[in-house]
Amino acid sequence: MSSLSDFELSRRGMMVGTAIATTIPSLADAASPASIAETHTASVSFEVNGEPRQLELDARTTLLDALREHLHLTGTKKGCDHGQCGACTVIVDGRRINSCLTLAVMHEGAKVTTIEGLGAPGHLHPMQAAFVKHDGYQCGYCTPGQICSAVAVLDEIKAGIPSHVTADLMGAIEPTNMEMRERMSGNICRCGAYSNIAEAMAEVAGERA
Amino acid sequence: MRPFTYERATSAGDAAARVARTPGAKFIAGGTNLLDLMKIEVETPAHLIDVNGLGLDRIEPTAEGGLRIGALVRNTDLAADKRVRRDYALLSRALVAGASGQLRNKATTAGNLLQRTRCPYFYDTNQPCNKRQPGSGCAAIGGYSRPLGVIGVSEACIATHPSDMAIAMRALDALVETVRADGSIRTIPIVDLHTLPGTTPHIETTLGKGEFITAVTLPRPIDGTHIYHKVRDRASYAFALVSVGAIVRKDGGGRIAIGGIAPKPWRVEAAEAEMPRGAKAVASRLLAGATPTRENAFKLTLVERTLDAVLAQARA
Amino acid sequence: MKFDTPATTNPIDRLRVVGKATDRIEGPLKTTGTAHYAYERHDVVANPAYGFVVGAAIAKGRITALDLAAAKAAPGVLAIVTADTAGKLGKGDFNTARLLGGPEIEHYHQAIAVVVAETFEQARAAAALVRVEYAREKGAFDLAALRDSAPLAPGGGFNGSPETRVGDFEGAFAAAPVTLDATYSTPVQSHAMMEPHASMAVWDGDRLTIYTSNQMIAWGKGDVAKTLGLKPEQVRLVSPYIGGGFGGKLFVRSDALMAALGARAAGRPVKVALTRPLMFNNTTHRPATIQRIRLGATKDGKLTAIAHESWSGNLPGGDPETAVGQTRLLYAGANRMTAMRLAVLDLPEGNAMRAPGEAPGMMALEIAIDEMAEKLGMDPVEFRIRNDTQVDPEKPERPFSQRQFIRCLREGAERFGWARRAAKPGSVRDGRWMVGMGMAAGFRNHIPFKSAARVRLERDGRIVVETDMTDIGTGSYTIIAQTAAETMGVPLDRVEVRLGDSAFPVSCGSGGQFGAVNSTSGVYAACLKLRDAVAQKLGINSSDALFADGHVKAGNRSVDLTEAAREGPLTGEDGIEYGDLGKKYQQSTFAGHFVEAAVDAATGEIRVRRMLAVCAAGRILNPKSARSQVIGAMTMGVGAALMEELAVDTRFGFFVNHDLAGYEVPVHADIPHQEVIFLDEVDPMTSPMKAKGVGELGICGVGAAVANAVYNATGVRVRDYPVTLDKHLDRLPTLA
Repeated sequence: MSSLSDFELSRRGMMVGTAIATTIPSLADAASPASIAETHTASVSFEVNGEPRQLELDARTTLLDALREHLHLTGTKKGCDHGQCGACTVIVDGRRINSCLTLAVMHEGAKVTTIEGLGAPGHLHPMQAAFVKHDGYQCGYCTPGQICSAVAVLDEIKAGIPSHVTADLMGAIEPTNMEMRERMSGNICRCGAYSNIAEAMAEVAGERA
Repeated sequence: MRPFTYERATSAGDAAARVARTPGAKFIAGGTNLLDLMKIEVETPAHLIDVNGLGLDRIEPTAEGGLRIGALVRNTDLAADKRVRRDYALLSRALVAGASGQLRNKATTAGNLLQRTRCPYFYDTNQPCNKRQPGSGCAAIGGYSRPLGVIGVSEACIATHPSDMAIAMRALDALVETVRADGSIRTIPIVDLHTLPGTTPHIETTLGKGEFITAVTLPRPIDGTHIYHKVRDRASYAFALVSVGAIVRKDGGGRIAIGGIAPKPWRVEAAEAEMPRGAKAVASRLLAGATPTRENAFKLTLVERTLDAVLAQARA
Repeated sequence: MKFDTPATTNPIDRLRVVGKATDRIEGPLKTTGTAHYAYERHDVVANPAYGFVVGAAIAKGRITALDLAAAKAAPGVLAIVTADTAGKLGKGDFNTARLLGGPEIEHYHQAIAVVVAETFEQARAAAALVRVEYAREKGAFDLAALRDSAPLAPGGGFNGSPETRVGDFEGAFAAAPVTLDATYSTPVQSHAMMEPHASMAVWDGDRLTIYTSNQMIAWGKGDVAKTLGLKPEQVRLVSPYIGGGFGGKLFVRSDALMAALGARAAGRPVKVALTRPLMFNNTTHRPATIQRIRLGATKDGKLTAIAHESWSGNLPGGDPETAVGQTRLLYAGANRMTAMRLAVLDLPEGNAMRAPGEAPGMMALEIAIDEMAEKLGMDPVEFRIRNDTQVDPEKPERPFSQRQFIRCLREGAERFGWARRAAKPGSVRDGRWMVGMGMAAGFRNHIPFKSAARVRLERDGRIVVETDMTDIGTGSYTIIAQTAAETMGVPLDRVEVRLGDSAFPVSCGSGGQFGAVNSTSGVYAACLKLRDAVAQKLGINSSDALFADGHVKAGNRSVDLTEAAREGPLTGEDGIEYGDLGKKYQQSTFAGHFVEAAVDAATGEIRVRRMLAVCAAGRILNPKSARSQVIGAMTMGVGAALMEELAVDTRFGFFVNHDLAGYEVPVHADIPHQEVIFLDEVDPMTSPMKAKGVGELGICGVGAAVANAVYNATGVRVRDYPVTLDKHLDRLPTLA
């Protein structure tokens, strides 16, 4: 039933000129100098890993950059800065979010938990220990985001929040392999440790059950 | 990202008035789409009004037996709401088919409706794009168009609306409540919210300047099997190549809305009359007048085959 | 240490530490976010400025006007460097295109400026104010259109021979009773490592330190020096943690150069990370290929004629994708031919990505073998076994050092339940899913590469290893610690490993799955030197000394190792160099890849259900991290088979889907439990470690195993990767 029509051919697509002078502005429209002449700052207070923090920030500063560049909590990673990889996952007021896609100033009064707040070398969180035991990481760059997500995922399952693979929307949800894999899919691991991460999570989920 | 001034809204009406009168002002709620686009200067607001504190985060029953969903209800909370899961399973299913857990924890109901296309040329400010820069041309036509639209598109733009949730909302005939800059309120049937590109692809909705979505109302629940079937290359965390949102009654009739193929949730009420006759009949009505490219013509076949699977699932 | 005779029994053979499944020693740091990557070195530089790279908006042409006024006037801006102001720059030995373009533009998103400002937000905003006018020139962007005119590729180095011939291929092919002549294609792929290319540059007078993310420290140091006109000794690279590379960080990229130029101009340390949307076109990629494979066989399945030709494209001066290499070695057959042709393309720079050559080459070859088995009516496992060879088919006097290929296939078939596979495609259903099984050979060569290290016995008894080897997720820290612990006879936790610093002895670096065996061999050599020093200090004849349990034993005497360092640390420094065993013996790794895939009968969606790899790769130094290497490669192989493709806009000459939403790589939901089996093997021809690599073996062949499983499920053969639903949808069975 494909009806590839003449339409495509007749449509006015972009004709690429050759050897012609082309001006390509790097922006959709020129910024007037007035609009960029100053940096607007704002202050925000929130709690990070149990500690109150107050920051005076360029309003453009994402929660991610506030953590990494201002608080030097570099465990939270910048993989894509566009919500496409999950390396920046932190837990804010009990929910995991992409810290790259939210402004720090939007989190007045929030409670933020980063990977550093879960555990430290020498006293690992059970999920961190399970990742080590099951080798649920390789290069380590996506790992803090994976672990923050994994911790939150088990809570989400417990709270009865459904996922794409939940068979019965009204029934209880079990931490099955497919449930965990679906819910972890916002955390990309290019090294490909997925199979091991699933095992680490299963171990922690089993202990909690 | 350009500098902007930032303030927190005190009321919906005030926010609407301020956005209308402040040059370059925009609302920010979840921020998951706006900040994404601000970082690459596709969006360049000079002023942001943070509406997160407005308390529009409740889901309440309506007198008509439906549900009123606050504009700021997060996608996760909407999908998990017991009444939604029970009575509007299609909506729950569509929500959890979209994005990732992290994004759904942030993204709001109104923001989801208003998210912008994922056309890769829209995202690249070096490329012509009539949606981003009116009159500059459409690089997607004749370019990489596999993920793009096949129907409702125009010679100026073949972008699709990327939302999963909106497909369910369209099938459910949701109503969008807004407050306008002058303080008046109105209700927009979802069918009238999104516009087709025509010669003005930069205009995507019928909302006026400053007009602010406060809630989305679902009419009374609709009997039938609720199915949201999303088709994509990777198993999760991907936009739909094609998605089918359907409510199928026992008699074989019902409602169907399609995602991944058009600039707005694609529903043709006349096609629903064909449901008892099967997927082929429905698809040929739904897709009449489609103008795919060479790269995305497969979506026509895919819509029919996905529909077929959905109808079979409903029968089973 | 010169390794030129086969290894005999040595201290590694004790296998008290080496060969044991061992948690990564840096695990607690990585899992708590306390391992610091290049952009995060707050510990060494307090207040760096931020650099933001501007990429070219055209693929080919010239900058005709550059207006920096608005950007310079923007808040916080400290400096802007362009080709006009960078001073004279050279080009690194390992770069094809220049890292800073202008006025001539060689590819889309080639860096043309770095804007340095007080904050990241200011640098990013100012970078968007750089106004550029271009004269666009016509470029070549379409590989398929250039196929017929592409000349033979240059040979030498990693390229091998552009054309090889043994016997009379054409005659044998014409005479063969059963033949296959099929053409396959693989798309442009991207490394898409999770950590973007990032560097922080610090000048101290005319000396430059770059904290960076780089797989090959010595190459990088040399190329930074060459590009900036410095002497190598003026440059230091530091790269202890690398957030993935996969070949994309083998070379110095624009982040490092822009940080260095920006820091010089701003007069203070500058850090630069490439933004994700810039990475895909600014850096390197795995080039697309078109591959024609012709096979001729007797009716009973003996290959008599094998030809593999490959076409790829690259910038002028670039190299081909060496997709035919494995076909020279994998199967027997008297009449053979390979050829590589290379078109000039004005797309971004093509270069190595995980298993360059074999990864895409095996994707094509192993479908062809599957197709040929079907033509012959043979089981694909049996067909491969029938055409096994124990010698280099081009040089029969040259045996493989180890070749357990048949065992990989047989054990794999047994473990996977291959016998249950329905030979007739499209015949197994599981509800709405069509189900199939597929397999493929895995093959990747071992590459000997010299590698050095320094090992120190500290006063407190710790063993400190220093080498410029890198750990890109491969597990280098741990296997190096295991090697030192084994050789020095101490527990693992007494070893400290320091990597990725050009102040340390030059190693093989990380690439080509050559890292593990060569770097540990270098550490082993250095440990032997340290043992000599210890023995001498303790007055023990080195050849009598037994290093075990933290003691040095000789005859009845047993001395705590720490005693030797009581008056001060002892150091051993050495490296491994190789003789011609690699010429006398073909050294390769083998695998059998097995996959079960399901295809939605309605939508054509493909999901992988089971995966197994059986690998023969010499001694496995750390079965835990080696297994992870293999499953990671299998995962990337699933991506290559089913979703990964950088889409080329052949009008404008760039990769369109240049972010992680557009360029899809596998997510958790795509990857089932994966099983890996390592066959017992020690290969004394490779090194004193008797090991080979595994990090790339896992990706070589797995894509074809997926494609073959999909074919077995559907009966529709797709020869153009990635195998996406649109390519078989209209040929799937009609619905009821």
